[in-house]
Amino acid sequence: MSRAVPGREPAVPEDWELVVGLEVHVELSTATKLFCGCANRFGDEPNTNVCPVCLGLPGSLPVANAEAVDCAMRLGRALGCEVRGAVFARKNYFYPDMPKDYQISQYDQPTNTDGCLELPDGHTVGIERAHIEEDTGKTTHIGGGGRIHDADYALVDYNRAGVPLVEIVSRPDIRTAEQARAYVRELRAILLAIGVSDARMEEGSMRVDANVSVRPTGSDELRTRCEIKNLSSLRALGRAIVYEAQRHVDLWSGGERPRQETRHWDEANGRTTPGRSKEDADDYRYFQDPDLVPLAPAAETVAAIDAALPPLPAARRADLAADGGGAVSAEDAALLVERGQDDLVRAAIAAGADPGVAATRVANDLAVEDWAPVTPEGLAALVAMETSGRLTATQSKQVLAEMAEGGGFPDAIAERRGFQAMAGDDLAAAVDQVISENAEAWSRFCAGDEAERKKLAGFLTGQVMRATRGQADGAAVNRLLGERAGS
Amino acid sequence: MTALGIAAAVKSGERTALDVLDEHLARISQRDTEIGAFNLVLADEARTAAREVDAAVSRGDAVGPLAGVPVALKDNLCTRGVPTTCSSRMLEGWRPPYDATVVQRLRSAGAVIVGKTNLDEFAMGSSTENSAFGPTRNPHDTDRVPGGSSGGSAAAVAAGFAPLALGSDTGGSVRQPAALCGVVGLKPTYGAVSRYGLVAFASSLDQIGPMASNVADAAACFEAISGHDPLDSTSIDGARDPVVAGLGQGVNGLRVGLVAELCAGSARLQEADGLDGVSAVEGVAADVIGRVDAAAAALEAAGAAVTVVSVPSAVLGLSAYYLIAPAEASSNLARYDGVRYGLRVDAANAAEMNVSSRTAGFGAEVKRRIMLGTYALSAGYYDAFYAKTLRVRTLMLRECAAAYAGVDVLLGPTAPTTAFELGAKTADPLLMYLNDVCTIPSNLTGHPAVSVPFGCGDDGLPVGVQLMGPALSEPVLLRAAAVLEKAAPPDGNAP
Repeated sequence: MSRAVPGREPAVPEDWELVVGLEVHVELSTATKLFCGCANRFGDEPNTNVCPVCLGLPGSLPVANAEAVDCAMRLGRALGCEVRGAVFARKNYFYPDMPKDYQISQYDQPTNTDGCLELPDGHTVGIERAHIEEDTGKTTHIGGGGRIHDADYALVDYNRAGVPLVEIVSRPDIRTAEQARAYVRELRAILLAIGVSDARMEEGSMRVDANVSVRPTGSDELRTRCEIKNLSSLRALGRAIVYEAQRHVDLWSGGERPRQETRHWDEANGRTTPGRSKEDADDYRYFQDPDLVPLAPAAETVAAIDAALPPLPAARRADLAADGGGAVSAEDAALLVERGQDDLVRAAIAAGADPGVAATRVANDLAVEDWAPVTPEGLAALVAMETSGRLTATQSKQVLAEMAEGGGFPDAIAERRGFQAMAGDDLAAAVDQVISENAEAWSRFCAGDEAERKKLAGFLTGQVMRATRGQADGAAVNRLLGERAGS
Repeated sequence: MTALGIAAAVKSGERTALDVLDEHLARISQRDTEIGAFNLVLADEARTAAREVDAAVSRGDAVGPLAGVPVALKDNLCTRGVPTTCSSRMLEGWRPPYDATVVQRLRSAGAVIVGKTNLDEFAMGSSTENSAFGPTRNPHDTDRVPGGSSGGSAAAVAAGFAPLALGSDTGGSVRQPAALCGVVGLKPTYGAVSRYGLVAFASSLDQIGPMASNVADAAACFEAISGHDPLDSTSIDGARDPVVAGLGQGVNGLRVGLVAELCAGSARLQEADGLDGVSAVEGVAADVIGRVDAAAAALEAAGAAVTVVSVPSAVLGLSAYYLIAPAEASSNLARYDGVRYGLRVDAANAAEMNVSSRTAGFGAEVKRRIMLGTYALSAGYYDAFYAKTLRVRTLMLRECAAAYAGVDVLLGPTAPTTAFELGAKTADPLLMYLNDVCTIPSNLTGHPAVSVPFGCGDDGLPVGVQLMGPALSEPVLLRAAAVLEKAAPPDGNAP
């Protein structure tokens, strides 16, 4: 028997526990690449942002980009990591999109270790390390349907080669697919808050690999894991984890065991497929890169980073919740902080706005790129018009949209649009008109049980809205329908 | 004519850079078919550069300290638009899109790049016989090797093809050929000269150094190419003491330590106390030790105090080196995969193309070292091999620091023997590796060392003696080398 947890899909039967750790690669949004002066820019013509260093030409040498190191340390501190002296190491393996046939990374002495990330629901995920490394080029296989094995030839774009990455490795502390998604969302919110990456999964500036295993509930063993790659959206991440966990449960239950291997998520068919087996994987022959000097951040440098860190999403959500006095939902708070609209809502609350309405209105109806023209005072005034019944919810949304486009103060916009909530006798007349025009529905409404009444109330309210061209307030119409039915 | 003599004559207008160049080009065309010092002679480019120097002089513009001096470059130094082969089939035809920092600095000092010299493939060797384009011969005796890996540069200076040349020294590749060809060779402090544009062999050991017919020219070249470079993270920042200006100050009061471990058979060892348990490196010839003893006496005569010192870890150098250098090389040479430049031998897929290109492009010694290094870094072997060599380096640095508490410079032989015959050691790699036994310690510590000719061996061929010092001690080393140069027996070293 499986137990359904509200808001979470049951990944595995309850006698099994899901164990997930995530490896997230994040491209840092520095002006230049990690070891040379080439522009770090997505989307340029192939092989235009290249030089002897990032092409790995003979004789060229890397020089560490101080801005990238600073970004990585900021991220480390935002994740509560210990920031220490670190060394760059070479990870040796052959691949055509890797110019030197080794990747400069960090191995046994990474910049950041031992942090944690607290999810909005309070669950804490440990961070093992967050290390700096360079990205590879990008290979495009031509012919054979773009698949690596049947391709006629391959093209390599080295613009991405040498772009600075931080790889954030979590501990295997994630227990549900929803937690995995929440972890990535929260990490993304932190990255945006401290301004070190644009963290766009769809552009590949944030790439997630999931290490998935299962174990009998109550056990603390770590069983064979599979690393799932090619997870290009939160949806894919969740689906892949659920699929893979079930595959493991099926294997263990059938007396078999999963092979430790890399697997790829096949979005179209909703399944994972085997990739490279870890047993015949490369020996990376890590050793300290003799071309680069160790990083030795001074204690003052780390202290300065701490002092300059902006408020982080968890703290901002807490601040918003406190200002809202319990009226702001957790979902709204998370969304507002992610979009950076929490300051606006908090200022509007300070200016007297109803916290719940202000938060909901902005969370639901201000999902636009540029909302700078909306001032806290304007938002507070809009919310006041809505709570006092001068504007319906529908009208309020339209006014807010116009405010975001630079339309000015809400009362002026509402007046220009001829908006005012219909009230009193006008509204009563409109309701009576609809009742008389829909006699059959009305009699069923009056005689119906609760479910029937709810269904027909929706229909009748819709008719009133249509007759009044949206100027009626839904709640007031509902109240009037109840009065007329004598209940 | 010396490099500094040429620069002075060109600056004063006494000679033109073009005239000087043509004289050297004539010597090259006369004798380089026999010697094989050059992979490529850049006659046209050099004439253009020489004319520019002459034009600057006639305009009265300031010209650099090496104005009009022809310089030969080891063919593992990148030259913009000019083939840079490392004497390997793998890079044949590759033209770098940039100049190495040292090449830029030579150009701005007014030097005229005359050509690219032969080397053991990717600088791996001690005789220049590992070149894919054929060996270089020693100008003193063309049946003999010039040493290596910078054999082409050493031979070019010895044969008078160029008064100055650059080599690179990973385990002795500047000093050993300098010794065998009777010229001066300096391996600077690690980080004193930018490695940007030097095709890497073993990054933690590689250092570019000058080769010249005399100490003052080597010093002037070192001054021109050294200094901090933001393109090399390992390059040393900060002000340096001048070198050329102090060359004539002598060695009065200088404390010199003869390294017991490198000088088995020296008369001084028998006289010294407390050296009973010293184990010395084997194979250093008696006539070479005789020249080292003579050099010690010459320094004493000039006012230096010579003692015998022990650096026990010196005997571990060769073993440590032949793990560290191949390990780093196995990684540095991975990029020659047929994808972006150099040789490509097509195959069914990318991985097979990597294999076929590398199989066809690399010579036997390069393959041997890639295999050694790959093995040394492999999972399960790292601690037993690579990690242990790092401890040897630490030990060696500690022992050198102790030695330098008592002496200012160390003295020893550069190479175990004089130049040997072509083919004499090609069948036995270990025998060949032993050539570097006296030079390797300075690479492992990153300290500077210079080889200066000091007479001949029993066979009449040049012998070099080696002066070693702590980091950034080039001014002292070259000052002592200048004293030896003056005290060296006349003739002997002219090919």
